[in-house]
Amino acid sequence: MTAATTGRPGVDTAGAGAAADARDTAAPEQARGGWRALAVQPLLVLLGVVAFLVWRTTATLTETEARQLNATALWTSIREHLSLTVVAAVLVLVIAIPLGIALTRGPLRRLSPLVLAVANTGQAAPAIGLFVLLAMWLGFGFRTTVIGLVLYAALPVLRNTMVGIQQVDARLVEAGRGMGMSAAAVLFRVELPLAVPVMLAGVRTALVLLVGTATLATFIDGGGLGVLINTGITLNLNSLLVSGAVLVALLALAVDWLGRVVEHVARPKGL
Amino acid sequence: MSETTAPTGATAVDTGRRASGLPIRLEGVTKRYPGQGKPAVDAVTLELPAGQTTAFVGPSGCGKTTLLKMINRLIEPTSGKIFLGDEDVTGQDPDKLRRRIGYVIQAGGLFPHMTVGANVALVPKMLGWDKKKVAGRVEELLDLVGLDPAVYRDRYPRELSGGQQQRVGVARGLAADPPVLLMDEPFGAVDPITRQRLQDEMLRIQDELGKTIVCVTHDFDEAVKLGDKIVVFDVGARVVQHGTPEEILSNPAEQYVADFVGAGATLKQLTLARVEDVELRRVTTAVVGTESAAAVAAARAVGDDYVVVLDSRGRPVSWPTLAELVRTTTVPGTVDTRLPVVGLRSTLNDALDTMLAASQAGVVVMGGRDDLAGVLTIESVMAAIQQARAAVAG
Repeated sequence: MTAATTGRPGVDTAGAGAAADARDTAAPEQARGGWRALAVQPLLVLLGVVAFLVWRTTATLTETEARQLNATALWTSIREHLSLTVVAAVLVLVIAIPLGIALTRGPLRRLSPLVLAVANTGQAAPAIGLFVLLAMWLGFGFRTTVIGLVLYAALPVLRNTMVGIQQVDARLVEAGRGMGMSAAAVLFRVELPLAVPVMLAGVRTALVLLVGTATLATFIDGGGLGVLINTGITLNLNSLLVSGAVLVALLALAVDWLGRVVEHVARPKGL
Repeated sequence: MSETTAPTGATAVDTGRRASGLPIRLEGVTKRYPGQGKPAVDAVTLELPAGQTTAFVGPSGCGKTTLLKMINRLIEPTSGKIFLGDEDVTGQDPDKLRRRIGYVIQAGGLFPHMTVGANVALVPKMLGWDKKKVAGRVEELLDLVGLDPAVYRDRYPRELSGGQQQRVGVARGLAADPPVLLMDEPFGAVDPITRQRLQDEMLRIQDELGKTIVCVTHDFDEAVKLGDKIVVFDVGARVVQHGTPEEILSNPAEQYVADFVGAGATLKQLTLARVEDVELRRVTTAVVGTESAAAVAAARAVGDDYVVVLDSRGRPVSWPTLAELVRTTTVPGTVDTRLPVVGLRSTLNDALDTMLAASQAGVVVMGGRDDLAGVLTIESVMAAIQQARAAVAG
């Protein structure tokens, strides 16, 4: 690549141009590959949904099973599950991202290793234990479930926000300050854009975690698809159990796909 | 070395040069870090003249970078005063101050998520320039650092080589036309050949702009080449010697300086002498696409056995021998990537290096951006060495 940096501009453009052209053609291919991978996942989810519907209409079910698996009941379960997930997700974003940013600023920076350690170990704590303890303290229901979910899912977002900002090259921050950008300008125009890929990966993890963990809501009267699974287990009705599990898996895959699409779109160009 | 302050010997170098710089004055500048006994920078008083390049050299950890960063207050001095021109800037809003001081760091420090154009436009935009003016300025600067704006403006930094990124870094530092440019080990992250070319470009740019430049380096040869003045530091940013490269090489203030700069070695003189100080050979040139026969005839008329081929903008692309040229009908536009090229302000050391790297007995010398100055032969370099040795001996 010495030709590209020669003092003779004629050679300069020729050499660098050729190399860059090669890259230009490579880039769209890579992007196309990315979109192709993204297209496979919703197809699988769709296939799963179709398979479930076909099974539902053809299978012979007991009366209890049929009641639990009729369209209205199913839709209520799914809606409950989704609202748990969405409400918790919004709260997680609103709380964990600003907190993560704050923990990389000024004097709070000293706390960040401690918080990271807590976030990492907290992740290992079983969610069901957290739910039950919270329910004994705050009572059963939707609200407690959401609080439990937020506590649990905030950790990956918090961690990735902090790590994402910390991994930005310190020299870039200094370059920004050195040319007269304010601390806030450096945060919003340099640090956060460069942290976006890591932060979004954290958000996607949190979303998938939320969909899965929300099945535990049934134990503290929070509703959702966990009810199907729980009923299936207690009454030994396998079709209920499997239906609940399959639907949760499909929902998690769909949410994961949405996260991937957002990551793909929001990733800053040039990285 | 004072073209800016005393433009008496009006040569080609002086055309279009304006001394747009401001002098920098440091008065008793000190930096003390809590918990450390000795100050990192201990009461430094220095005057850096307007429109000149001052190189800060010294071993790593001597405080030279700390001192540089106190000029734009990336590091706040514990005590002391800093003046830009007559203005005391020690108490000014640091963000506003920094927009008036260009800052170039190692490897360019470009923001990877912004295009080359956006990177260069940052400071002008912060200063509230209108869009049209910013776009024009970006174009002008990319052109200044030798990058075609049409090709590079919309590229992202990762699509550029290290040397090109560094060029963009320089363009970004100069974007708002600041009177002062601070450079922190600017060419430390590129290979030696690229570094030499970037240094040549920097000298040419400085000839055009006349900024007050402060350049931190640990490479004494770089300091000699770029600096009109050199400040040699020891631990605690103690100023051991402040003078022109010639003064420091011929008359080191202390044994410490002599050891550090390697003074006394005859070949060191090669880093002092510039290509422009030596007589260059005039050469026959031919433009790509013209008739070969005419070029051959012109070369034979003056007794040359090769010609330098120039492209339509006057930049050299190759130097075929007459034997090669005779076989063609029109002058070929093939670019010889190994063609050795140096600038007028390159040192003889660079020129010799370039010849050895290309296994050639001469180099093509460029004057300004697109203009050929002549050819330097190895014989002229040897003659210069012999002269220098004779001067030292006698």
